[in-house]
Amino acid sequence: MKMFLKLAMALALVFSFAHAEAAEMLNGAGASFPYPVYSSWAYDYNKVTGVQLNYQSIGSGGGIKQISARTVAFGASDAPLTPEQLEKNRLLQFPAVMGGVVPVVTIPGVKAGGLKLDSNAVCSIYLGELKYWDDNRIKSLNPKVNLPHSEINVVHRSDGSGTTAIFTNYLSGVCPAWKNKVGAGTSVKWPVGIGGKGNEGVANYTKRTPNSIGYVEFAYAEQNKLAYTLLKNPAGNFVEPNFKTFEDAAATANFDPKKHFDLWLVNAPGKHAWPIAGATFILLAKEKTDSNKKVVKFFDWAFNNGDKKAKELVYVPLPKTLKDKIRAYWKANGI
Amino acid sequence: MPRTAKKNPVDNIFSLVTAAASFSIILLIIGILYVLVSESSLAIGKFGIWKFLSSTDWDPVKESFGALTNVYGTAFTTLLSLVIAIPVAIGIAIFVTEISPNFLKGPIGAAIELLAAIPSIIYGMWGLFTLSPIMSNHIEPFLKKIFGAVPLVGILFQGTPMGIDILTASVILSIMIIPFTASISRDSFNLTPSVVKESAYAIGATRWEVIKNVVIPYSKLGVFGGIVLSLGRALGETMAVAFVLGNNHRITTSLFDAAATITVTLANEFAEADTDIYLSSLFYLALVLFVMSFITLAIAKFFLLRAEKKYSR
Amino acid sequence: MTREQIRKTEGFIALALSTLAAFMGLFWLVFILGDVLVHGIKALKLSLFLNDPAPPGVEGGGLRNAFVGQLLITVCATLIGVPVGVLGGTFLAEYARGRGIARIISILSDIMVSVPSIVIGTFIYAVLVRPIGHFNGWAGAVALSIIMIPVVLRTTEDMLSLVPWTLREAAFALGAPYYKVITQVVYRGAATGILTGILLSIARVAGETAPLLFTSFNNSFFSLDMKQPVASLTVTIFQYAMGPYDNWHAQAWAAAFVITVFILLLTITGRLIIRWRYK
Repeated sequence: MKMFLKLAMALALVFSFAHAEAAEMLNGAGASFPYPVYSSWAYDYNKVTGVQLNYQSIGSGGGIKQISARTVAFGASDAPLTPEQLEKNRLLQFPAVMGGVVPVVTIPGVKAGGLKLDSNAVCSIYLGELKYWDDNRIKSLNPKVNLPHSEINVVHRSDGSGTTAIFTNYLSGVCPAWKNKVGAGTSVKWPVGIGGKGNEGVANYTKRTPNSIGYVEFAYAEQNKLAYTLLKNPAGNFVEPNFKTFEDAAATANFDPKKHFDLWLVNAPGKHAWPIAGATFILLAKEKTDSNKKVVKFFDWAFNNGDKKAKELVYVPLPKTLKDKIRAYWKANGI
Repeated sequence: MPRTAKKNPVDNIFSLVTAAASFSIILLIIGILYVLVSESSLAIGKFGIWKFLSSTDWDPVKESFGALTNVYGTAFTTLLSLVIAIPVAIGIAIFVTEISPNFLKGPIGAAIELLAAIPSIIYGMWGLFTLSPIMSNHIEPFLKKIFGAVPLVGILFQGTPMGIDILTASVILSIMIIPFTASISRDSFNLTPSVVKESAYAIGATRWEVIKNVVIPYSKLGVFGGIVLSLGRALGETMAVAFVLGNNHRITTSLFDAAATITVTLANEFAEADTDIYLSSLFYLALVLFVMSFITLAIAKFFLLRAEKKYSR
Repeated sequence: MTREQIRKTEGFIALALSTLAAFMGLFWLVFILGDVLVHGIKALKLSLFLNDPAPPGVEGGGLRNAFVGQLLITVCATLIGVPVGVLGGTFLAEYARGRGIARIISILSDIMVSVPSIVIGTFIYAVLVRPIGHFNGWAGAVALSIIMIPVVLRTTEDMLSLVPWTLREAAFALGAPYYKVITQVVYRGAATGILTGILLSIARVAGETAPLLFTSFNNSFFSLDMKQPVASLTVTIFQYAMGPYDNWHAQAWAAAFVITVFILLLTITGRLIIRWRYK
C-alpha cells in the first residue's frame, strides 16, 4: 500500500512538470461564430509549427470577460468593443475574418433557400407577435410555399454572444419596436423562445425541433444542413446568404485603425448585400507583449495562408488593404 | 481516548495531522461561505437581499439582476421531480421489503442503487437524445390532449410541446433521485420490529394494511429524511438538467415551457459574464443555492439522526 | 362487496402498484444503460482512443487527449482527496472518539457529500483560477478532491469504528503508542472497507462535469501540463452533445459508454467487496 502511494505520487510529480511534448500552447476563448475557421486554422498551424492554439468556443461574452481577466492569451468577439471600452480594460482589437448570420428554419417541406422573410417578419417572430407559420405576413412573401398552421418555435442564444449582438443590432436597425422593447447586445432579455448554448446549441435545437427558427453563423447552417432563409435587404432585394452577398456587405466597410477597427456591418447599403453580416474580432491584453507577439504570429500566418480554408467554410477573408492596415496597427502598438 | 502514561511525540504529531485533516471540512464550509459572500458583495450592495430574491429581472444589457426566475425554476423542477419520484421510490421500497422473494431482494436493491451511480452527464445526454424526442412526439401531445382543456389543471399543459422544457427536465431529475429515497426507505422499513408487525397480522390485518398502518408510520422519520435528502440532491443537479431545460429566464406556468434553474444558469453563463456586476450576481446566485441546499441537507440529516435514535432503542 | 373483499382488493391494488413501481425503476435502468450501450458501441472505434480532436468538418478525430486528461485529473484529485479523507476519518474514529467535535464534523461531512458540485466549481474559480491568471488542471483536481474528501472521510470513520475495541486494547497491552496501534493494527483490520470507500469516491468524481467547467476548462490538444487547461472526457461530452455535428454526437456516445462502464465496474466491485468481507 505504501509502495503504491509513493509510486503514484512520484508519477504525479513527473506528470505535472513533464513538458514531454514540449509543445507550446496558446489559450484563446470566445465567439462561437468563427470557431469552425479558427479551429481549422489552428489544426493546420499546429501541423506546420507545432504550436498548439487551444481555442474554446464559449461565446463572445466569455471571450471579452476572459481576456479582461487575463485568464487567456487572446479573446474573440463578434461584437466590437468601442474605443472607450477598450481603454477601460487596456485591450487591443483587430478583425480576423468576416461572415454572415443567417436565419435557419426547420419546417417540413421547406428546403435551404426555400423561404423568403423580411425584417418585419423576423422582428415580429422574435418579439412573439407573429406566432404561426402560415401568418399572412409570411404567406404574402411566399405564395407558392405550403406553410403549416403550426406555432413557431423560436430559438435564441442562452449565453453571451457576439452573434446575438450582430443579430440584435440588425433588428434594432430595421425595427423600432425591437429597439425600444429589447435593444441590442451580447445578451438580451428575449421575449420568447428557448436558449441554446453557442452557435452549436442553437443549431442543435433548431435541427431537432420541428417548426422552429433560429439564427446561426453561416458555416453552422452549411455544416449541419440547416435550411437558411432568404432575406430582404435595405436595397429592397431578396438575397441568399453566400460568399458573394457577404462580400458585398463588406465592400462598403471602412475600418479605422484609430478607432481600433470598431465597426458593424449590418444593413449594409449594397444592392446585393446580405443584411446581417459582421466581422469577428480578436482582443489582446495591451501589456502582454510577449504572448501578443505569439498570437499575432498565428494570425499573420492565417492572413497569408488561411484564405482558402476560410472561403471553403463560407467566411469572407479580409481584403488585402485591411490586412495591411492591421499589420501596421500591430507595429504601431509594439507587437 | 486512552490516557497513556508516556506522551509520545510522534503520537502528538499524528493526532494533530489527523485533526487538521478532519478540520478541513469545517475550513471548507467556512471558506466557501466567505468566498461566495465576498464575491457577491458587489451585487448584494447594489440589489440588497429582498430585492434580489424577488426580482424577475435577468438583464445583462441593463445590468439588472434578480434571482426569482432562477429560484422559481429550481423550485418548480425539484418539486415536480419529487412528486413523480416519491411514490415510485416508496413503491420500490415496499416491493423489496414485503413482496419480492428473498433471492431477488439483493439484486433489485443493488440495481436501484446503480441508478444513483450513473453520472449526471449521462442522464443529460440520454435525456437530450432519447427522452426529449419521445416526450415531444408522443407523451406531451398526449398529455396536452387529455388535460389541456381541463380548467385549472389545464394551465400546466399550454404551449407547444418541444421536449426541451420543465417536464422533461423534471422527469430526468426524478429518475436520478429515486435511489436515495428508495434505499433509505427500504432500510427504515426493514428496521420495523417484527414483533409489531406480527401483532398486526395476529389480529387479522392484510399485508397491505400492515404496511400502511404499521410499517410506514413506524418508519416515518427515516422515509421523510430520505425524501428531504432527495430534495437536497435535486436542488444541486446541473448536468442532467442543462441539456433539456431550455434556458429561458421567465416565470412560467406551463410544463411545456423552458425555464432556468440556478445551477443551469451558473453552468451556462459563469464563464462568460463580462461585467463585474454580472459575475457578482452569479456568485450571489451560487450563495443562495449553497445556503438553500445546506439547510435542506441539514434538515434531512436531522430527521435521519432522529430515526436512527428511535430504531436503535 | 363485503368489507373483507374491499380490504383485499385495496391491498391487491396497492401491492400491484408497488410491484409496478419496482419494475419501472428497473425499466429506467435498463433503458438508459441499454441506450448508452447501443449508441456507444456503434461509435466505438480505435481512432477514438488514438487520435486527438479534429476541427468540425474534418473526419477521423478522436478523444485521446480527453481520456488522458480525465485520467490525469482524477488521479491527482485522488492523491489529494484520499489522504485527507482517510486521516480525517481516523481522527473522528480514534483520537476524537465519542467527543462532541467528532459528532459535529461527522454531520457536517455528511452534508458536504451532497452539496451542489457547481458551487464548488465557482469557489475554486475564485480561489485557484482567477489569482493564477488562467484555467489550470490543478484547479479541476482540487475541485474534485473537495467532493471526494467528505465521502472518504465518512466511510473511513465508519469502517474504523467497525474494528472491535478489544483489538486495540490488545495492542495497547503490548505497549504500542496509539499511532502505531492505528497504522499497524486498525488500518489493517479496516483495509478492505477503506479501499472500498476510496473506490466509491473515485466512481463518484470520475463522472463529474460541473466542477470542471470553469476550473480545468477544456483543451483541444493533447497535454500533460496540469498548470494549463486540461481536456476532460466529461466536459468534452457536454460540448460535443450540445453541438450540432453528427460525428461529435457519435463520439460523445462512445465516450459516455466508456465512462459509464468504468464507473459501474468500480461501483459494483466496491459493493461486492463489502458483501464478501462484511456479510
